[in-house]
Amino acid sequence: MIGLGLLKAMRVTLRNALKAPFTIQYPDRKVGIVGAAKEEGKSPIGLVATQPVTAAKAAMSMYSVPVNIPQNRRFRGNEFTWYEDRCTGCASCAKYCPLGIIEIVTSPGGFDVQEGESYAIDVFDIDIGRCMFCGLCVEACPYDALHMGSNFERSKYERDALVIPVDELRQALKQPSSWFRPQFEERDYDPFRDGAEDDHYKVGRHEKPSDETLDERWVEER
Amino acid sequence: MTTQVRTEPITVNLGPQHPSTHGVFRMRVTFDGEEIIDVEPIFGYLHRGSEKLAEERTYVQVVTLTDRMDYVGSMLNNQAYMLAVEKLAGVEPAPRGVWLRMIASELQRIASHLVAVGFLIQDLGAWGTPLIYTMREREKILDLFEMLCGARITNSYLRPGGVFMDAPEEFWPAMNEVLDELPPRIDDLDDLLTDNDIIFSRTKGVSVLTPEQMLDASITGPMLRAAGVDWDLRHRDPYDYYDQVTFERPLHTAGDNFARYWVRVQEMRESIKIIRQCEKLIEPGSVRPEHDDVPWLLRPPVGDAYAAIEHSKGELGFYLVSDGSISPYRCHVRAPSLINLTLLRDMLVGELLADMFVSFGSVDINMGEVDR
Ligand code: SF4
Ligand code: SF4
Repeated sequence: MIGLGLLKAMRVTLRNALKAPFTIQYPDRKVGIVGAAKEEGKSPIGLVATQPVTAAKAAMSMYSVPVNIPQNRRFRGNEFTWYEDRCTGCASCAKYCPLGIIEIVTSPGGFDVQEGESYAIDVFDIDIGRCMFCGLCVEACPYDALHMGSNFERSKYERDALVIPVDELRQALKQPSSWFRPQFEERDYDPFRDGAEDDHYKVGRHEKPSDETLDERWVEER
Repeated sequence: MTTQVRTEPITVNLGPQHPSTHGVFRMRVTFDGEEIIDVEPIFGYLHRGSEKLAEERTYVQVVTLTDRMDYVGSMLNNQAYMLAVEKLAGVEPAPRGVWLRMIASELQRIASHLVAVGFLIQDLGAWGTPLIYTMREREKILDLFEMLCGARITNSYLRPGGVFMDAPEEFWPAMNEVLDELPPRIDDLDDLLTDNDIIFSRTKGVSVLTPEQMLDASITGPMLRAAGVDWDLRHRDPYDYYDQVTFERPLHTAGDNFARYWVRVQEMRESIKIIRQCEKLIEPGSVRPEHDDVPWLLRPPVGDAYAAIEHSKGELGFYLVSDGSISPYRCHVRAPSLINLTLLRDMLVGELLADMFVSFGSVDINMGEVDR
């Protein structure tokens, strides 16, 4: 019958129109006095009493709180987590990158947990302006020194600023993603829940060789 | 008595940057009044040379390029490429990896069809709202992909012989939840469209293609099945473990815009069935072959291989030639989007201006794949 189909379709539209929106406000959302008080760690009355300006702002929908949406733990974020103490400077990652955007310069000397005395990393620059976050470099790293990061809010105004230099990698907040790192999933580590992981011994799949082994190996092989 | 009004034909350039073209596509259309009398499709604006780039990358690195060909069907692209590599190098895939990639690619098929159906309604003039209904469902599937491989669009999930990592344990309940929620949403789409008089009058009998025409132009996928030709590679030439699952192949006989939309909606239901069966059949085990069998720097023997899958848009094939080195000597893609476009002129000539983009959208092309 003509018209029945239209009614059916309208029912669908109506049902969806009555649902709460599924979109998410990002990067921040407006809150009222109650939300603002929660953000400031006060009761609504306390907020009005102690911070009347903030309360007035909130009442006029001018107060916003940042929105944090946790990603999944395998999320390949646009930064890298790199543990210098694990890195031997083998450059597998640089070779495996489809775009060749990792630049590594090493010099003899330095120390790492895998091989003992080895190479010092002078330059380890990742040009994430050209990176596609495929994660192949992380897959290639035999020593679990390089991990995908989980941060994604790293936009910059200039292209040059997109290159992550080695110093920044050294100091960066270390929140490794569990992409290609089953050891994180085994011990249920979630970068978005658990925060940073600074201990470089805990991020690898490899046993730490004892000091004697390292000494012996190094002495024998030298 | 009707009076004849003489009109001058007018030629209009549509695109490449036009809000309603599906990507950077340009058509030079000649109209006589509202009627289309000639169409000249011009493409190549999104050419990135993926096939050439593949020649200087190793076999695993090329996966990242396949993601970017049809970016609403990345998992399916990964799958087609991996089948070609496995055939070329004689790799025996790991069973759990194969099941996982079947699940991933069926999820991707649903996501891709959702996009196609959503944009069909959008082109009909229902701006925004129904598209958002489909995007909402697609978003849930993309979340599942993020769980699997950390990315939503550029997945790079598959590796020669399987997948790079097993699905995390939280994936299975999440996937079941999505699959439970989907059928009512697909019913909604059916309610919204299938009995709708407005949709009927706009899409039925528009841009009809006969099976003969399409077979001559080697058109595949939902377009062909919408004209009643039972051709689905998953059934005709089962790759992976598609011979172990049962599914229907929805067919329509009209071959018009409505039939193409209808086939896609029904196929989503079949994909859900396939995923449910895969979930029952999957067994614990390793998800990719040992490193010694499939090293990272794969060096397939000299030779060539062609492998094709039933992509959400048609037959997607990869033809690889190896000269024994670490990267393909030649990589050719049989892109369904490009080949399905070949009948565009036959579809559009004689139709009205308002139906032009509906017909164009019903081909379900993706410019990333047309131009590569
Ligand atoms: S994520 Fe991919 S593109 Fe980026 S540095 Fe690593 S290998 Fe290269
Ligand atoms: S990050 Fe890993 S692959 Fe790269 S140089 Fe260091 S140890 Fe080698």
